[in-house]
Amino acid sequence: MLDRVLLDELKINVLLNRLSCQLLEFHGDFTNTLLIGLQPRGIYLLDRIVELLKNEYGIKDVKVGKLDTTFYRDDFRRSKKIHFAKATELNFEVEGRKIVLIDDVLYTGRSIRAALTAIDYYGRPSIIELLVLIDRRFSRHLPIQPDYLGVQIDAIEGDKVRVEWRPEKRSDCVYIEKES
Amino acid sequence: MNEISVNHLLGIQNLTEKDFDLIFNTASQFKEVINRPIKKVPSLRDLTIANLFFENSTRTKLSFELAEKRLSADVINFSTSQSSIKKGETLVDTVNNILAMKVDMIVIRHPHAGSAKFLSQNVNSQIINAGDGAHEHPTQALLDCFSLRERLGDLKGKHIAIIGDIIHSRVAISNIFALKALGAEVMICGPKSLLPKYAESMGVNVEIDLIKALRWCDAVNMLRVQNERMNINYFPSTREYSKLYGLTNEKIQSIRKPITILHPGPINRGVEITSEVADSENAIILDQVENGVAIRMAVIYLLASKIKNISSA
Repeated sequence: MLDRVLLDELKINVLLNRLSCQLLEFHGDFTNTLLIGLQPRGIYLLDRIVELLKNEYGIKDVKVGKLDTTFYRDDFRRSKKIHFAKATELNFEVEGRKIVLIDDVLYTGRSIRAALTAIDYYGRPSIIELLVLIDRRFSRHLPIQPDYLGVQIDAIEGDKVRVEWRPEKRSDCVYIEKES
Repeated sequence: MNEISVNHLLGIQNLTEKDFDLIFNTASQFKEVINRPIKKVPSLRDLTIANLFFENSTRTKLSFELAEKRLSADVINFSTSQSSIKKGETLVDTVNNILAMKVDMIVIRHPHAGSAKFLSQNVNSQIINAGDGAHEHPTQALLDCFSLRERLGDLKGKHIAIIGDIIHSRVAISNIFALKALGAEVMICGPKSLLPKYAESMGVNVEIDLIKALRWCDAVNMLRVQNERMNINYFPSTREYSKLYGLTNEKIQSIRKPITILHPGPINRGVEITSEVADSENAIILDQVENGVAIRMAVIYLLASKIKNISSA
């Protein structure tokens, strides 16, 4: 495996600020908005965006949740990769709310489809939007596109895009792993 | 983490430490699911599960059926009273006929020890043992340990006493295996006639004095006297049994420390436990029932993930 840096800390910071501003533009004071990080990796991006919204942009009350989509995936018993369920924490009603699903990488769109199904089991939001840091374009299996996008990249099948965050890792960084 | 190491859940003995972690972690997530307004997930929508109950059951059968339905599986139920077993059909024939109807998983309760294992060796399906004679009742032990962990945290080094009719109890055997695998110390307590001779070989402490057992333990699992499995008298009278081994408030107060109280049900109020104790704050009997559904969902889900008859997309 060969690792190449796609985005370093500075670039990620610029993207996070832009994404936060875009959210502010469309969601105002976030009264009726619920930001939902998708397990397992989207919750780190959620945390960073919420941190920015609170500290840099003065939004005091941001409703957040975590959603695990394992039990709603369409590759159960089909995929070689085994998915393990992580915690779902949705302490707010989704009924009638504006929901923003947050994930680090958008690839085939199947995780997002699972998330849409999962949300459906909780109620009927007024709108569901999607925010991602990385969009692997031309890889979609389903008609799903992000509403808020950090950056689009081209990566071939077999490549892996890995997003690392502080404090789990030394710095924020996005790598692309190419099969050697 | 890897997938669950077994293809069938026949008993606790076959499970590894990682299996326990996997089952408990998955059950925690399912517990969250069953507390949502819509208590279902679509994971098993393309699977059919048969519940074969060759012995009476209320709680376990309902709990399995609910777990299967919460996972969106199709469910068929079978009990001996309405079946061709009475017409002389063998167990393997009955099950193979059910499997011919394209059933993917079998949950079986049977009065004979070893029947679940026998089935796993003779039919082509995944088997979950829901109690086989006086042998094992693995999902009960898993839900007991899961409930205990919620109350006491890590069970390593914790003292757990199982009180009552041990000799006829598959719950006791499965609990002993599970508790020991999780690092707890186990004591069994009851009249000598209801304690198995091989008890010490299972690595458990044996006590005949209830008060001593209560003083020793952090939690106590009160078992029912299984009159239906007794063909001789094991103790002089229910009244005497209740006096010596029934859990009462007075006995708990006399040891001056709080202990967690479990009971696998059905409770014979006034015999092995008084109503006061069964309904007290330290009793987690209804938590056990709730956790039973989550644990069974986890077991079914994890075993189902190994049915890979669908080619990779």
